[in-house]
Amino acid sequence: MIRKSLLFTAAACGLAMPAFAHNAWLLPSTTVLSDTQQSVTVDAGASTAPFEANHAPVNVEGIKVWAPDGSMGTAENAARSRYRSTFDVKIDKPGTWRIGMENNGVSGSFKVDGQPWMVGRRRGPPPGAPGAGGSGAGGPGAGGPGASGAAAGNPGGRPRIDPSRVVASVEEIPANATDLDLTETMSRNEFFVTAGEPSDTLFKPTGKGLEFVPVTMPTDLVSNEPAQFRFLVDGQPAKGLEVEVIPGGRRYRESDGTQKLTTDDQGVLTVNWPMAGMYWLNASLTDTKPGNPKAARRRMGYTATLEVLAP
Amino acid sequence: MKTSIAIAVSMVAAPATAGTVTVTIPRINVAEYHVPYVAVWIEPKAGGPARTLAVWYDVDKRGNEPGTKWLADLRTWWRKGGRSLNLPADGVSGATRAPGAHRIAIPANVKPGEYTLFVEAAREEGGRELVSVPLSIPARAGKASGKTELGAVTVTAR
Repeated sequence: MIRKSLLFTAAACGLAMPAFAHNAWLLPSTTVLSDTQQSVTVDAGASTAPFEANHAPVNVEGIKVWAPDGSMGTAENAARSRYRSTFDVKIDKPGTWRIGMENNGVSGSFKVDGQPWMVGRRRGPPPGAPGAGGSGAGGPGAGGPGASGAAAGNPGGRPRIDPSRVVASVEEIPANATDLDLTETMSRNEFFVTAGEPSDTLFKPTGKGLEFVPVTMPTDLVSNEPAQFRFLVDGQPAKGLEVEVIPGGRRYRESDGTQKLTTDDQGVLTVNWPMAGMYWLNASLTDTKPGNPKAARRRMGYTATLEVLAP
Repeated sequence: MKTSIAIAVSMVAAPATAGTVTVTIPRINVAEYHVPYVAVWIEPKAGGPARTLAVWYDVDKRGNEPGTKWLADLRTWWRKGGRSLNLPADGVSGATRAPGAHRIAIPANVKPGEYTLFVEAAREEGGRELVSVPLSIPARAGKASGKTELGAVTVTAR
């Protein structure tokens, strides 16, 4: 379940990750600040257990910083290490900030003259191509001599596609394409920071896709108080949505401690925290209401890192 | 300056208070001792906003890491009301206190009723502790005690 949802998150995020996806996580140094003269420093990685930097860094070039006043802040001091990336964000305005990655795109397969093609497959361009490691996928003709090796190293049971038959976006699908099997992806992976008093200016739903709307402020979580968050799909309550909540520090426990929870009829999720600490929350949902008319379905994902304090 | 205000308040207001809280900061025998940040506040039992009676922090520390930076370490107080307080606050905020017993007047304008008194202490290179005592206004005698970062917390009628 996690693997499946993350596979799509990873692909959609354009994260430079190995073929078999792991969970992407953001780990802030703190989420509650008493003034506006400080920064949070953040680790960003992908691994099986959240917050354990033992597998791959996440590409943080696409990090977005939503300041409480509606302006966009910036990530600073970005660095890529072997198992995780890092960046800082100056928290210089009072209120609640959202910081993370947002990804929207269309991916899938189609046929031209009976030959399989792909859209938006982002396994990184072949060796020697410009922009290696960036978010741009290899366009048509990107496959050079050596590219077939990259395509061959593609476990997971997917059909092997000639790299020259990959287009970056849905707009580049040839007019004579048939057998379109396209999935729209919309995902977000984020955390929250509050300086001074919290604010809810950034939690007004847009009415598009899967959205997280706090009932309990996400920077006010305490281990002895249940928290509630509302999930919406296109502005309507996401009833019966499955949400996973995993505490960090898995290697110090016998069990991974995953809670598999479900939203109620109002789309509200109630979470009881077994202990204080950092938590990784993930929900994903597939439906058949994509915004793009060429796509058959829509996969939506939401991931948040939540800090829970001891009372 | 702050100290003189605090003294003036306690002297003048003493007869008109709704009671007195005594907070004991224990002497802790460690190589590197820093006096704790302490917050004292009350919350109506039936629910409602917290009212801070006292917060002791490093008022004078300025620069890159001013004394206010660590106020959020008093994490329960911070969430319940500390973050909405403008500091320094007259008659409420003051410098950190040395180990010993410290008296805090409960302001006379606290409405009669049932409250819970909270005292939270957080110490650099040390721990954090939260102690609560049921409080009636007008005050009746009450007592609780911390185990690590706080000693006795007592409430007296005057």
